[in-house]
Amino acid sequence: MTPVTPTTPRAPFGRRRCTVGANRASGGYRVFSLLDREGPEPAAGRFYMLAAAAGWGDRSGRPQLPRAISVAETGPAADGIRLDFLVDDVGPGTGRLCELEPGEEVWLTGPLGNDFGEPAEVAGPGAAGAILVGGGVGVAPLALLRRRFAERGVPHRVLLGFRDEEHSGGLDLFCSAAGALCPEVRLASEDGHAGHRGYVTDLLGAMLAGDDAGSAVVYACGPPAMLEAVRALCADAVVPCRLALESPMACGYGACFGCAVPKPGGGYLRLCVDGPVLSGEQLTAVPEAELARA
Amino acid sequence: MLEGPQLCGIELAHPVLNGSGTYDAIAARRVFGDEILDDFPFAAFVSKTITPQPRTGNEPRRIWETPAGMLNSIGLPNKGLEGFLAEDLPQLAELPVPLIVSAMATTHEDFGRIVSALDAREEVAALELNVSCPNVHSGLIVGEDPRETLALLQALRPLTAKPLIVKLTPNVADPAAVAVAAEEGGADAVSLINTLKGSAIEPRSGEPALAAGHGGLSGPAVRPVALAQLRSVRAAIGLPIVGMGGIACGADAEEFLRAGATVVAVGTESFSDPKAGSRVARELGYGSERVAAAPVH
Repeated sequence: MTPVTPTTPRAPFGRRRCTVGANRASGGYRVFSLLDREGPEPAAGRFYMLAAAAGWGDRSGRPQLPRAISVAETGPAADGIRLDFLVDDVGPGTGRLCELEPGEEVWLTGPLGNDFGEPAEVAGPGAAGAILVGGGVGVAPLALLRRRFAERGVPHRVLLGFRDEEHSGGLDLFCSAAGALCPEVRLASEDGHAGHRGYVTDLLGAMLAGDDAGSAVVYACGPPAMLEAVRALCADAVVPCRLALESPMACGYGACFGCAVPKPGGGYLRLCVDGPVLSGEQLTAVPEAELARA
Repeated sequence: MLEGPQLCGIELAHPVLNGSGTYDAIAARRVFGDEILDDFPFAAFVSKTITPQPRTGNEPRRIWETPAGMLNSIGLPNKGLEGFLAEDLPQLAELPVPLIVSAMATTHEDFGRIVSALDAREEVAALELNVSCPNVHSGLIVGEDPRETLALLQALRPLTAKPLIVKLTPNVADPAAVAVAAEEGGADAVSLINTLKGSAIEPRSGEPALAAGHGGLSGPAVRPVALAQLRSVRAAIGLPIVGMGGIACGADAEEFLRAGATVVAVGTESFSDPKAGSRVARELGYGSERVAAAPVH
């Protein structure tokens, strides 16, 4: 599979202030909504740079930089579009985002990066369709991708994994209007509190061993170890995969060169402008990025 | 509206540039489109540093957030002189502002080759010499030693009539002595400060947070250091000065102008606000709105 192509529409130039519409618990995570009056509706996989307009680094000097967060859901709002973000409190930046109050303002730049795309393989005749694999707070971009696939009749299955109950959430983003978990979703948890006891990649391995795997495409987002397992499973099964990675990132638009990801032939990709969605062939291995406490 | 300043004879619409390596105008145009040409944030654009040969840059991890700032150890990724001339320069020439090209090399010969090649290109308005690198013959960091700085300028000055701006490193006891050497060697301006050498330890591993072990500190945390160095350099030389170091708003820029900077540059703040340059200029009184107090001339 070729590298995932850059996405249009482009982000408006510069950052803009958006108002927080809601902020609710979602399992152990938070989901907050912003009202974006200017930007285009984002495709699944794209991300925004976010910083609270007030209380950003005021006391301890951190957070200082905006945080790169994938959009989890979007939809029309009264005066623009609604953007939903799924966030886990792992440091001063995500912690501040988790405590946003409705009516507060957030600086936002985006949508940035590419998206998951939709290769012909997932919808063509005889296609097994898409397999979506999410881990932890990385389930976020797959929620929007799942809904898009469902709306367009693209066959898809969804595998979501979590460490334990405290480190799980976002499942409400994978529910029908009636509130029930969508039937195509299967769960795994390392502590066994929900679904298969073990890794979500156990489920993927079994699925790829099935007869129909050869005509599927895997879309994944989650912690580095999970993504690396997905990449290796797909490489062994000769199944194309698209992996949404995370990286330390100061700017999100190619300026800081902080989000370097090694290329197989030497040199580096900039995850913000060359990704965040990479095809398996663009990586020798998913780097074990040190991401926590951001 | 205020009239823009001059830097080494280059007319500028306002006094705000970018710090080298903090804005990739080519990538930004890919991300935001041609809107950046209509509303370009800087009065002149300073390129990322180019070197004689291509560089891939340092192994990650490359950046680390710190209180009111960040550390970076990017390692000057660039396409090398030939790649820059063939691929990047034509695109940078489409920007609506004068182009200043930052360059670095580890021998006088290599540095001279870059300077001569850039001298031949009319798209290039001026050169910034990144001297925060070793001279491979002496092993000394050029910008940390007045004699090395003087010798480099004496080697490069005859090669071009274009303005030469020397980017001073703050990691010395007496930056003014290096500035004096740059002036004596025929530099047209100096810029300061580059990033301050710094390090952080990743608490869980106990290892340095950056793969390179240390990096350069930037952001609001360095602003008082930058201002002190600017004042001492201003007292020592008569050349124009590009002042920078943690400028995030017009009031910050005002401090640098009052301390003796001819123009200022914005770096880390552009990571949070892609249009920080034009915002700072506006807050200084350039452009449509007048927000801050009058700048000093």
